[in-house]
Amino acid sequence: MARTLLAIYPRNTQRFDEMLTATGAVRPHWRQFFVHLDSAAPEAMRERVEFVDRRIQENGVTYNVYADPNGADRPWALDPLPFIIAADEWREIAAAVAQRAEVLNAMLADLYGEQRLLAEGLLPPALVYGQHGYLWPCRGVKPPEDRWLHFYAVDLARSPDGRWWVIADRTQAPSGAGYALENRLIISRVFPELFRDLRVEHLADFFRTLQDSLAGIAPVAPGEQPHVVLLTPGPYNETYFEHAYMARYLGFPLVEGQDLTVRGDTVYLKTLRGLKRVHVILRRQDDSFCDPLELRGDSALGVPGLLNAVRARQVVVTNALGSGLLGSGALMGFVPAICERLLGERLAMPAVATWWCGEKPALDYVREHLDELVIKPAYPSQHFDPTFGRDLKGEAREEMFRRIEARPHAYVAQELVHLSQAPTWSRAHERRLLARAVGLRVYAVATPGGYKVMPGGLARVASAANAMVISMQRGGSSKDTWVLSDGHVSDFTLLKSSLGVTDLVRSGANLSSRVVENLFWVGRYSERFDSTARLLRVVIARLVEAGGELTPALAAVQELAEEMDIVPTREEDEAAEDHSEHRLLESIYDADQDGSLACSIRALMWSATHVRERLSLDHWHSLNKLQRDLQAARKRHPSLPEAIAFLDRVLLVSSSLTGFAVDNMTRDDGWRFLLVGRRIERLEYLASAMGHFLRLPSARAPGTLEWLLELMDSIITFRSRYSRPPELLPVLDLLVFDGSNPHGVAFQVENLLRYLERMDHDLGDIRDPRLNAAGEALRSTDLADFAGIPFLECRECSPCEELAQRLDEVVAAVRALSDRLAMRFFTHVGDVSRQTLAL
Amino acid sequence: MARYHVVHETRYDYGAPVSLSQQQLHLSPRNLPWQRCESHHIDIDPLPTWRRFGRDAFDNPVMWVSFESPHETLSVHSEMIVDVGSHLPRVSPEESRPWEVIRDRLAYGGLAPEGDDLEAARFLFESPFVRVKHEFAAYAAECFPAGRPLLEAAVALMHKIHGEFQFDPEATTVSTPVLEVLEKKRGVCQDFAHLMIACLRSLGLSARYASGYLLTHPPPGRPRLVGADASHAWVSVYCPGLGDGWVDLDPTNDLLPDTEHITVAIGRDFSDTSPLRGIILGGGSHEPDVAVTVSPLEDASAPAPGDAP
Repeated sequence: MARTLLAIYPRNTQRFDEMLTATGAVRPHWRQFFVHLDSAAPEAMRERVEFVDRRIQENGVTYNVYADPNGADRPWALDPLPFIIAADEWREIAAAVAQRAEVLNAMLADLYGEQRLLAEGLLPPALVYGQHGYLWPCRGVKPPEDRWLHFYAVDLARSPDGRWWVIADRTQAPSGAGYALENRLIISRVFPELFRDLRVEHLADFFRTLQDSLAGIAPVAPGEQPHVVLLTPGPYNETYFEHAYMARYLGFPLVEGQDLTVRGDTVYLKTLRGLKRVHVILRRQDDSFCDPLELRGDSALGVPGLLNAVRARQVVVTNALGSGLLGSGALMGFVPAICERLLGERLAMPAVATWWCGEKPALDYVREHLDELVIKPAYPSQHFDPTFGRDLKGEAREEMFRRIEARPHAYVAQELVHLSQAPTWSRAHERRLLARAVGLRVYAVATPGGYKVMPGGLARVASAANAMVISMQRGGSSKDTWVLSDGHVSDFTLLKSSLGVTDLVRSGANLSSRVVENLFWVGRYSERFDSTARLLRVVIARLVEAGGELTPALAAVQELAEEMDIVPTREEDEAAEDHSEHRLLESIYDADQDGSLACSIRALMWSATHVRERLSLDHWHSLNKLQRDLQAARKRHPSLPEAIAFLDRVLLVSSSLTGFAVDNMTRDDGWRFLLVGRRIERLEYLASAMGHFLRLPSARAPGTLEWLLELMDSIITFRSRYSRPPELLPVLDLLVFDGSNPHGVAFQVENLLRYLERMDHDLGDIRDPRLNAAGEALRSTDLADFAGIPFLECRECSPCEELAQRLDEVVAAVRALSDRLAMRFFTHVGDVSRQTLAL
Repeated sequence: MARYHVVHETRYDYGAPVSLSQQQLHLSPRNLPWQRCESHHIDIDPLPTWRRFGRDAFDNPVMWVSFESPHETLSVHSEMIVDVGSHLPRVSPEESRPWEVIRDRLAYGGLAPEGDDLEAARFLFESPFVRVKHEFAAYAAECFPAGRPLLEAAVALMHKIHGEFQFDPEATTVSTPVLEVLEKKRGVCQDFAHLMIACLRSLGLSARYASGYLLTHPPPGRPRLVGADASHAWVSVYCPGLGDGWVDLDPTNDLLPDTEHITVAIGRDFSDTSPLRGIILGGGSHEPDVAVTVSPLEDASAPAPGDAP
């Protein structure tokens, strides 16, 4: 047996160790887990670590901006070892957190109502009126049951004596519960037997309670179904992943401000089929951005008139608008007395010692004890990092005193916290435990019977052994939190089946116009990057085959790529072979070049990110892989053969995306628009490529019909039908007129018309007479005109020109159709409201 | 005592259809110990789809309206008759209490606030248009030497601003930061009010923003022009013990408002009192035309003419 893991596990007398007692024994609630770990083979642990990393990457779990085209998104960091808490200890924590939620709720009710706390001097006005977070227009607004805080989170830490302390309150729109859930789904699969044997409390009940609680407060008429939505600021937000994740998990539509509209004093979701009443808004957007009419007017986010709908009690916004006020650390020192006053109870869990500099004695204390304190902003709206007093020397120290004295009420000082440490699994060593500082974020949801606390939480781990601050932004990691049960564990689950096949969970009745618009563009861009990749592959393959010589077939296909705006047009004095290679590679990899493959992929990612919650995980994995491949390839300065290999891979991903779209998505309106987007894009591409080809003088050269077939992905079909070199007539028949070739123009026209017909039935007024006529005209072409035309010799012959004109009309009709759909179904989405002011 | 007839007209010509519009109106004058609104009505064209009346957090009357069908113009006609009584402080400025006494009273000491101090504390801190910064305290410092009576110091600050700043409607817009006004030394009534409030709050004193109208005087022998006036803004400083605790000062005209200032709304700054604030969907340009006419109903032969706004 290998040396025990404890042999080199660092002890620290200044900190509480979660796993070991002061004498170095493994604590009882860690014992079973530790024994397992200590006896696990190194390979088994390596596999577990890899499993965790792979799941995170595949599921696209990120913390930062997701949609950044250059990949600034950072993968979520998760340690395979859980943070374990014993049942009896958890009961105390849960009770204290529920009590604190109750106090904070009572504080909000008072501060936006009677203000006894201010009148009695229990709170300084500076910490209420002086905060941007105090939303004056919300004064006097009373939410149902005076429930301000529906979803509360608190950051806890354990001091060296083993007691738990409150470090910070999260009352605005607490984040992290979705990550905690994702952590659980991964780690419970890493240690499935232990998870079962240790009887770890499940999380699903908590989320069902959240669903029930939100449904319960919905102002619905008898018999009406409550309509709850999750409001996100959008993909730029650092925790957008979580918004999409939670929306899908809870079954709430994910909406942005512009998806909602207030008519009179009622809130509606703009859906494809009209306005649909919204009863509850679970917001992940900061409250001051929620209503530009009465709150911050300088932002396009938000829902104008929302506050009036809240006043009229036609909608419930949770947490209530104005709740962000209590995020200020400066308030913490006042909470114990407030708890006594409002609840008549002693506060069960202390908060880290805090001095608000706005009080003279506190300021004096801070001046005396700066070395033992960390200075923080009193108002969350101020932006500066916590500063450790002991790091401030000389002039910097004086400067800090000057700043504090100029505006004492804007600063708070907190005692340094010696966080407890927990074991994490080293990634650098074969078999080693590291000790890292750890903090725990715990969540509570309001129910008619009081606050229910999630049995678990998001454990966050510092990045270095001596770190004083835990921050996911600064490279920290996270852990799943296992609360051990001493009774029966509920095995209720909200997930319908195992991860990976959770395609579109709802029927399309509540699809917002924005979701449909984005799905339409997902369809168009999926098709666009496919055809772009195909064209570039044909060009590059010809270039490589020609071995540096400019063959007529190569010249022609290059010219077509330019006509199609996929490769930039050459300057007049530039010979065809100049910079070919460079220009082609740029057309693949340079996302800033219009029409490039990278540009289409970026656009696809952007649209897909907006509808993340509607795409299956597998679908998302493929998109993720595409983006990663592109980034990796660009860094290598690829050669032409490497570029071909890359394009092969891209086309493989493309066909899997097509598979998801065709086979795996629910047949709702969103799916129909996605497919119509694909059809429109493909038809436009086929018809315009064909038209350009017919008009291209350089196309009258040997070998061009071959690449044309390749371009249209029809070479196999052609060969199987005619075992001879291609000629114009059969090629045209296959690529334009054959109603059975899915890469032919006629097929696509008919297909699209059939789709429109079906949608017309549901949504009305979608038929397209112009496209119909263009299709008729195309079909009326007499193929006999092309019989016997020697293609290589023909120049501006009338049959080719006439056919090209008919194809032009198809292109024009399909573009008009796309615009018309956008006008009819999407237009209001792009519109941004503006503020007006009159003196 | 004076009696006025005021007409405040706002017209938006959007140039393109606005499909959805929500507006918040601070156009109904509030009652005050020295002011009474006899009558007031608002006509709006087109007719709003929805409306709601209420009081804001500062007890100003407020009205919300929305328009849900396309329209290219919006006219709001507000008309009122208001009685304004004299409300100059009854003691001379030198007799008010030293300014530091008031400042210290307003600072938190762990005790229940005295008298109206809690109400005054609402106007003690930063607000959207008013920063609290040492630059403002430094600018006002010479007017606030140790021990100087608060009102005397506030009047000195008003003189200083009036003397050093130039009235210039071209220099600023609604969104010009008050720190920039301090640098440029130019602006309009709104800027001077915000600046003076910033100075007072930066010293630890409570100051609020008053918006309303001002009686202007046509040149001798000329008739009063309709629509020649504008909305106006000035300042109130908290002086506990004097009258209702608040004394009005008009830095634009360098005087203590008496019966020629008609108050519509009171707030922390412009953002709390904007006469017409809205969010529109659609529309092209949206600079409104605003016309105000203030007519005395019984000839009150008051002297002091003034700049407005």
